[in-house]
Amino acid sequence: MSENVEVKTLVIDGQEASARRGQTILEVARENNINIPTLCHLEGLSDVGACRLCLVEIAGSNKLLPACVATVSEGMEVSTNTERLAKHRRTILELLFAERNHICSVCVANGHCELQSLGQSQGLTHVRLPYRNPELTVDASHERFTLDHNRCILCTRCVRVCAEIEGAHVWDVMGRGINSMVITDLNDDWGNSSCTRCGKCVQVCPTGALFDKSQIGSEHPKHPDFLPYLNLMREAQ
Amino acid sequence: MSKLKLATVWLDGCSGCHMSFLDMDERLLALAELVDVVYSPLVDTKRFPDEVDIALVEGAVASVDDEKKIKKIRAHTKTLVAIGDCAVAGNVPSMRNPIGPEAILNRAYIENASAQQQIPCVVVPRLLQVVRPIHEFVKVDVFLPGCPPSADTFHTALTALATGVPLDISALTRFGA
Repeated sequence: MSENVEVKTLVIDGQEASARRGQTILEVARENNINIPTLCHLEGLSDVGACRLCLVEIAGSNKLLPACVATVSEGMEVSTNTERLAKHRRTILELLFAERNHICSVCVANGHCELQSLGQSQGLTHVRLPYRNPELTVDASHERFTLDHNRCILCTRCVRVCAEIEGAHVWDVMGRGINSMVITDLNDDWGNSSCTRCGKCVQVCPTGALFDKSQIGSEHPKHPDFLPYLNLMREAQ
Repeated sequence: MSKLKLATVWLDGCSGCHMSFLDMDERLLALAELVDVVYSPLVDTKRFPDEVDIALVEGAVASVDDEKKIKKIRAHTKTLVAIGDCAVAGNVPSMRNPIGPEAILNRAYIENASAQQQIPCVVVPRLLQVVRPIHEFVKVDVFLPGCPPSADTFHTALTALATGVPLDISALTRFGA
């Protein structure tokens, strides 16, 4: 550790932790084996604080902070697992399930879906909100991959991996609020876009929104763990 | 101690939850020591009894008949259990919601029919405009998601309900399980 690294000490869930200045609460918590649920966060990508699942409580403040983007400060007291947070996390998941058509039983990602497993780990047994059941499209124009808007939760991992890691920035978000959609190029069909066919977006997608056509009907695990490794190799060069 | 009265009901589902229930196999015998099945597609009772202790309801509410049934069941049941993703979340039956029942009926009975093109209108109940999980109509006491919930899930949950032991549902099952 170089001499000018500033060390901060803080308390997370009653556990003393030390961190470097500029580290996020999420990083420090995970270094200390404290699990904070996340969905839009992915190691190796920039953070956007979009899904709000990683909200934590800070002693002395009424504001909840997203742990993936909030940085540590000296003497901070963080709670990651309170009744209030559990309630908010369940509500966020319910909103996601109700917003589009997430039919787990017939989804290509069944058993390998981060939304599905978060529902289970956060104790969600049903959705109290009425389902919206919007009519959404599926883009199967790409030779290798399919985009199913029914399963998209707008985490923007695909947008970030394409821009930051692949350097192509084919994906982006169009529209506002509930009308937001991920698009390729200027809302062109994926198959006719400037896609490089690398497949990184498919691997980082937490749900069945992006999937590999050759994997339909089979076990479809995703492998987003290549990202930190890829970044490490690039830094080493 | 007198046995608990158990009912099982099949609304808009595929009967897979009932199959999974039967998959408890020999454990059904032990369960039969605790409960009496008083109403079910598996027995011949035609009328839902006035007093039921536990009702397991499979399937979503998709027709006017389903809606009538679930309200009657609720009125005569102490513990109403939604079993399976259709009852809990709408699941496959709800996939028609973005399209609407008219389009579905047209495709099935007009466009794809080679003879006698007509939409059934007598005897069969009218479809609701949208398929909904049962808790949007009546209060549900216990939710058992899964497509279907496994026989182990049924066994653990029913034993817990019959004996009053606390139940951790997320440890047993999930949506799509």
